Amino acid sequence: MKAIVAVKRVIDYNVKVRVKADNTDVDLANTKMSINPFCEIAVEEAVRLKEAGTVSEIVVVSIGPKACQEQMRYAMALGADRGIQVETEERLGSLDVARIFAKLNEEEHADLFLLGKQAIDSDNNQTGQMLAALLDCPQATFASEITLNDSTAQVTREVDGGLVTLEMGLPAVITTDLRLNEPRFAALPKIMQAKRKPLAVKTLDELGIELSHSVQLLSVETPAERSGGIKVASVDELLEKLRNEAQVI
Amino acid sequence: MKTLIIAEHDGQTLKNATRSAVTAAMQLGAPIDLLVLGSNVSDLASDASSIAGVDRVLTLDDASLAHTLAELTAPIIKQVAEGYTHLLLGASTFGKDLAPRVAALCGVNQLSDVIDIIDADTFKRPIYAGNAIATVKSSDPIKVMTVRGTAFAAAGLGGSAPIEAVSASLSTSSVRFVSAEVSESDRPELDSADIVVSGGRGVGSQEDFRKVFELADKLGAAVGASRAAVDSGYVPNDMQVGQTGKMVAPKLYIAVGISGAIQHIAGMKESATIVAINKDEEAPIFNIADYGLVGDLHEILPELISKV
Repeated sequence: MKAIVAVKRVIDYNVKVRVKADNTDVDLANTKMSINPFCEIAVEEAVRLKEAGTVSEIVVVSIGPKACQEQMRYAMALGADRGIQVETEERLGSLDVARIFAKLNEEEHADLFLLGKQAIDSDNNQTGQMLAALLDCPQATFASEITLNDSTAQVTREVDGGLVTLEMGLPAVITTDLRLNEPRFAALPKIMQAKRKPLAVKTLDELGIELSHSVQLLSVETPAERSGGIKVASVDELLEKLRNEAQVI
Repeated sequence: MKTLIIAEHDGQTLKNATRSAVTAAMQLGAPIDLLVLGSNVSDLASDASSIAGVDRVLTLDDASLAHTLAELTAPIIKQVAEGYTHLLLGASTFGKDLAPRVAALCGVNQLSDVIDIIDADTFKRPIYAGNAIATVKSSDPIKVMTVRGTAFAAAGLGGSAPIEAVSASLSTSSVRFVSAEVSESDRPELDSADIVVSGGRGVGSQEDFRKVFELADKLGAAVGASRAAVDSGYVPNDMQVGQTGKMVAPKLYIAVGISGAIQHIAGMKESATIVAINKDEEAPIFNIADYGLVGDLHEILPELISKV
């Protein structure tokens, strides 16, 4: 069984985001970049499924400038077998990304697509669902548990109000939530081995993909900061403030 | 211009996300139709028709839609949405699961978590966990978007929109509903409560968390938790407030034993009044709290419960 895993290079989740002075975008110059945490969980899950014997090959796909090969090599160090980078400097929407994955699948014919539920930069939470629509296949978003059989997947999803479990035929698209697993650390020998794993580079032209450009980013602002208030000395003072000043109880 | 909203429900009741979406749609200024998909939806449809601002309620009732699976509902919505300029869903797990699938079937992009409507094409939405706000303009023929409930108050009741059944060709899928574990509670819904009491790792244990529930019950509040409290196993994950959990904006938010990680603050900083109770006076939660109380929550909580 072949699994395709999506990997996005994003600002490291520990780095404080700064908006550019001209409000055109977020300032990513000289910023630490990492694999999107939800993508890392997707890679880890694919590796565990391979270790369990259900998945036989893991193909990691990333779209972006050459630098995103760094995150692809990281995914290979975790256990992905080979990579496909679709090289572009353009800003892509989720629909563009889903179309690229659907196009790549015309050659790859994967049984399983594992994607993070969202990237922590654009926070869209769209690509997996769009890919499932384009492939006309089932989707299981926000997965916290995955059980694979030969031709079906059983997936528990984290939804508002609790958990829902679905069963679906393959191929299927599954997007990962935080509690699906805890990714391992890449060991040094694995990092060395990953450098020799195959990594193909394709361009949008080669794939015949035209970007949609239907959503234009007009500006980016820093949100209004919330300033701290006062410290109260006792429960009585707190209740007095809540009753008489804030009038919320 | 006309707007279609997809109603969110659990088979019995309409979710608040639907009424928030109506408020957002009213700002667009175009006629509003509300589509109720499901199995045995007549009661839901009459509830939907009472939402003020809705012009028509459309229903599609079929046994196959009992679990409103996106594989089955998205192709129907694509057919019904023909001719509409805007398609709105709440930014809940239901809306986030469904909206992108509909958008891709329509061949358009989708806008997630809209918090402000500038005009019919231009919207604001948070990016980078709310650390930046993007203004985006869409040229798509239909704007498919999810709207954040915390940014749009729930529309009122008292309407009486006509109810019309619509038809569409139905799809099939290999997806099968297996089971659901729904957290049953008499407390208000976390994302629409006026008061939320949340506990963090500082609460100390699952047993100690009972004090948080007790305070919430005295206040008629919903109960939330930080990711640290969820990961420590004190409470189930659907109670998590934060960027990766629920976004809340109550009138009063009481954070108990929560240090104030960025991702937690992203989920509650829109609250009108914030109270922080923590033993560490340097905790970052105090930087955004209107009222901070430094001390041992195991002493403060019982005192609060007895005096509130």
